[in-house]
Amino acid sequence: MDDKIETRQLSFYYAKRQALRNVNLKVREKRITAFIGPSGCGKSTLLRVLNRMNDAIPGARLEGEVLLDGHSIYGSGVDVVEVRKRVGMVFQQPNPFPKSIFDNVAFGPRVLGMSHKVSLDETVEKSLKAAALWDEVKDCLGKSGLALSGGQQQRLCIARALATEPEVLLMDEPCSALDPQSTLRIEELMDELKEQYTIVIVTHNLQQAGRVSDWTGFLFLGELVEYSKTADLFSRPQDKRTEDYITGRFG
Amino acid sequence: MPRVSARLTQKLAMACIWATGAVAVLALLVIIGYTLYRGLPHIGWSFLTTAPKGGVSGGGGISTIIITTLYLVGLTLVILVPLGVGAAVYLAEYAPDNRLTRLIRFGTEVLAGVPSIVFGMFGFALLVIALHFQFSILSGALTLVCLLLPTLIRTSEEAMKAVPRSYREAALALGATKWQTTWRVTLPAAIAGIATGVILCIGRAVGETAALYVTMGGTTALPTSLLSSGRTLALHLYYLATVTNNLDGAFATGVILIIVIVVTNSITNWLSQRFRARTAGGT
Repeated sequence: MDDKIETRQLSFYYAKRQALRNVNLKVREKRITAFIGPSGCGKSTLLRVLNRMNDAIPGARLEGEVLLDGHSIYGSGVDVVEVRKRVGMVFQQPNPFPKSIFDNVAFGPRVLGMSHKVSLDETVEKSLKAAALWDEVKDCLGKSGLALSGGQQQRLCIARALATEPEVLLMDEPCSALDPQSTLRIEELMDELKEQYTIVIVTHNLQQAGRVSDWTGFLFLGELVEYSKTADLFSRPQDKRTEDYITGRFG
Repeated sequence: MPRVSARLTQKLAMACIWATGAVAVLALLVIIGYTLYRGLPHIGWSFLTTAPKGGVSGGGGISTIIITTLYLVGLTLVILVPLGVGAAVYLAEYAPDNRLTRLIRFGTEVLAGVPSIVFGMFGFALLVIALHFQFSILSGALTLVCLLLPTLIRTSEEAMKAVPRSYREAALALGATKWQTTWRVTLPAAIAGIATGVILCIGRAVGETAALYVTMGGTTALPTSLLSSGRTLALHLYYLATVTNNLDGAFATGVILIIVIVVTNSITNWLSQRFRARTAGGT
């Protein structure tokens, strides 16, 4: 099995606080990797480091290496746009643009230079189908993305992220704002998507990590305490802190 | 006894509040009512479509005045909007949070409070005299641009800042550059708020008198170029009331001004409500 993403001795600092400490991590290709841990443990920071979303934070600093297919994404001369094209992201709150469903999905391809009507149509349809939203919206692509339900909005955001044909999909607590029904839809969708995409998900919900992921990393105080196959981590945690967390003693 | 006095105080306070409210509303109604009463009978098709006679009679209509006002507002907007929105984009999206930025912001706030006649004198000294633009529509428009820039920058910057950060993050995560994010996501989402600021500026431009008195001169003739002198509605009103004895004409012009202001303010309110509904729905 290939490693899609690898971090080596990765540390990350906000202006005054260290958020990640020497994280060494290998994300397997076409698998779902989950990061769990209590609030403030650094799991969202780690996720956002993987497509350089933390770049714009004033005073933030990164040490160590992040490799995508063996190549550093923080090296000099690396095009951040290219990184983000290959590593897409879905956020905690569904955040469709105040534009039509079509324009939401077509946004990524358009900023990357696609303007041909037919190819845009095809990309939008393909992406909405991949996000299991096509059947619900195919007759109203001109409707505002904000008019959809919360669960539909999140699937629209997934479709929007898929439209740039990324290789990796980062999901930052994608279900925390959704009801159980919509959550189930998204989880089923993730299971389909991992055929084609490498998925990394941050979740507060241990059951969710257990249900959907193949690999799980437990972060605590910026440290990757334990990282192993999900079944192993939940049944035979090696570290006392992991055990305490997954048995609900804190967090 | 204390209870009684407390009740009495309460009643007195209420009476005072009612009285002040009533006086304020009454004053407004009297001013508008009196202007309408004096002005409306003199407004007709011919008043709107004939040129002023000029001279001390103050007779004639206001056709050239309306056209001059439109010219001036149009020219002002053409210069004002790109500058103001551009500065707002810089402040909201690009400016680092440092001393210089805070100084710029503070400067804008101060300028927004400077009396318009001060801008007028600046325009007079620099544009009319030093740059030889004479009393002209160009001098007037450039003065108005200086006068209104702070307002437009502030309102546009607020509109940009009201756009949820999640929109920007989503765009960046899709591989958009900072500029693409600003141009394709943030600006469109803020456009109703920016339009509110623009219309606010139109209202102030139409109503402005002092700054234009010293930069535009007062010809009633139809302007033929940017360097023509001219009168706006508000200026015309001033001239009619002070230089001539045509008070009826002045009031009639006042009615037209009030109508223009009411219309622009209504559009402003409508737009800002829409803007609020839109940004609230998008968080």
